[in-house]
Amino acid sequence: MVFLSHLISGVSLGGIYAIIALGYTMVYGIAKMLNFAHGDVIMVGGYACFFMVTYYDLPVAVGVLVAMAVCTLLGVSIERLAYKPLRRAPALAVLITAIGVSYFLQNAAQLLWTSNPRVFPSVVGNTSLNLFGGQLSISSTAIVTISICVVIMVALTWFTSKTKTGKAMRACSEDKAAAQLMGISVNTTISMTFAIGSALAAIAGVLLCSAYPTLSPTTGAMPGIKAFTAAVFGGIGSIPGAMIGGILLGIIEIFGKAYISTQLSDAIVFFVLIVVLLVKPDGLLGKRVQEKV
Amino acid sequence: MKKFSIGLLAAALAVALAGCTSGGDASPDASGNAGTAAIKIGGTGPLTGGAAIYGQAARNGAQIAVDEINALGGIQLELNYQDDEHDAEKAVNAYNTLKDWGMQVSLGSVTSTPAVATSVESNTDRIFSLTPSASAVAVTEGKDNVFQMCFADPNQGSASAQYIFDQKLGSKIAVIYKNDDVYSTGIYTTFKTKAAELGVEIVSETTFTEDSQQDFSVQLSDAKSKGADLIFLPMYYTPASLIFQQAKSMDFSPKYFGVDGMDGILTLEGFDVTLAEGVMLLTPFNADANDDRTTNFVSKYQAAYNEIPNQFAADGYDCIYAIWAAIQAGGITADMATPEINDILIAQFTSMDFDGLTGDQMRWDANGQVTKAPKGMVIKAGQYVGMD
Repeated sequence: MVFLSHLISGVSLGGIYAIIALGYTMVYGIAKMLNFAHGDVIMVGGYACFFMVTYYDLPVAVGVLVAMAVCTLLGVSIERLAYKPLRRAPALAVLITAIGVSYFLQNAAQLLWTSNPRVFPSVVGNTSLNLFGGQLSISSTAIVTISICVVIMVALTWFTSKTKTGKAMRACSEDKAAAQLMGISVNTTISMTFAIGSALAAIAGVLLCSAYPTLSPTTGAMPGIKAFTAAVFGGIGSIPGAMIGGILLGIIEIFGKAYISTQLSDAIVFFVLIVVLLVKPDGLLGKRVQEKV
Repeated sequence: MKKFSIGLLAAALAVALAGCTSGGDASPDASGNAGTAAIKIGGTGPLTGGAAIYGQAARNGAQIAVDEINALGGIQLELNYQDDEHDAEKAVNAYNTLKDWGMQVSLGSVTSTPAVATSVESNTDRIFSLTPSASAVAVTEGKDNVFQMCFADPNQGSASAQYIFDQKLGSKIAVIYKNDDVYSTGIYTTFKTKAAELGVEIVSETTFTEDSQQDFSVQLSDAKSKGADLIFLPMYYTPASLIFQQAKSMDFSPKYFGVDGMDGILTLEGFDVTLAEGVMLLTPFNADANDDRTTNFVSKYQAAYNEIPNQFAADGYDCIYAIWAAIQAGGITADMATPEINDILIAQFTSMDFDGLTGDQMRWDANGQVTKAPKGMVIKAGQYVGMD
């Protein structure tokens, strides 16, 4: 029973990592860059929803939609202003820009909203489902997180394999030059990727803050790094990989804490990552792409 | 190029000299009241960030004391608080800013981790330091001119264990502490030693770190499965608020016992105070007390800042009065050199008795630790109420 309840909290924590990891992995797959500002977009989404729900007394659904709109706008403008001018620059320059954007967002948030933590109102209620005569209780947040996670995965898989834009994304990810020759606008496709990734970040932000209800300008930083690890773990660039990586990471983290040591939980997570990368350098579901010289 | 840099140097020199003369002129001029300039007191604390409640409270409390003393005429004080965001590196920068400003007496830092860093600096610079609330042993250890107004962590840990034992609050204790924080681990270590001595059973000991202070499901289910009836939480209120919420969502309702870091949880924006109902904590200050000193302070604080002062505000207030008492007894004036002030204050603090908001007959030993008795408090209907 204890095992089951740990498993459920692991999957629920992992579900949040997975949704964040999807943003990392989509952007990497298509633009071939690591968007380290992704974690901070999550934080902005959290704040957007927080202000809508607590200050304007709007229903939660509206709050989430506003957060998604704000994040989409933010994601697309970051791409336009910070990354697009560097499309032909070396990868390292883009990486450093991404870190700069991350710091910019954190400090801007600190300036705008101060760094005092705020308690996020739970958007999914604070009840729990009791099974087996109260021995196993599953919080509503866990249920909502897991279901949203599954819905997003199914929708994204459908989107990338069936729709025109989705197919364009996959084409860009395989070969930008060839995609352009086929009449695909690479820039629009990359903007689209940022838009989708950032909208997902907003959802992740709301879920993260509902599960762990303190919101501060650095809220997104650590989950962002863990989600990046999850994306690498699952094979960066692969959508199901990010999902599996995220959920596994959550489960390993909780089990590490529960059965090995609460002191070493992060060390265990990263140790597993190292082992996986030694055995399978492209991550669990990563594809090895042959470079033609 | 050479000419340019010489010119620049000359300009810089001129500015520096001008600064000197104007500074020299200012001290006799500003002495309007009693023939002395104001004595400059500086301190660092988290005025923003996760621990901002403490820094702001300590500063506000100290400011009230400074205003009261200045209103009496006589020795004038000037207070300058700088933000350190509860970060050691930023605290040293803030401390250096204060030094440039001309700080003569330091209030150290409000929280432990920054205070460990700034106390080393003020010890080297020979600036006397009295921290309102940084309770780690490492703050005062081996530093002759660093003193504490709050009781040190070992006292908090062992007093908590003693209190739980005396009042029979719990038979199976769980402890959750933050193992990368000197304050939290310090209290935990002495709590554990004292609990073993008294035969109080600790059934579950779990930890978290700065990077993993979000999910407490494992720590709580460990405590729950081992049948803990009381959880001891030596930590600040932000993670504690998450623990209360997560325990509730897993239908686990033990008693909670906190330390002075728990103080402030009721003023956290958006926090559901019913989650903290019945939480007990040890603190040296009770805003409900009826003595004149407390009622005067509480009413002034409420008028100025529109909230009930917590223990940190009282510590800040007491710090200023203790320094003022020592300044008067030692005959300190604003034109004395800082090392001289330092030596007089050390002599005064190790020999005097002080009555303040946070205790009567406070005494400091040569290590800089204070002796005073903690009071038990419990949160009832969103208010702190004395347990005795």
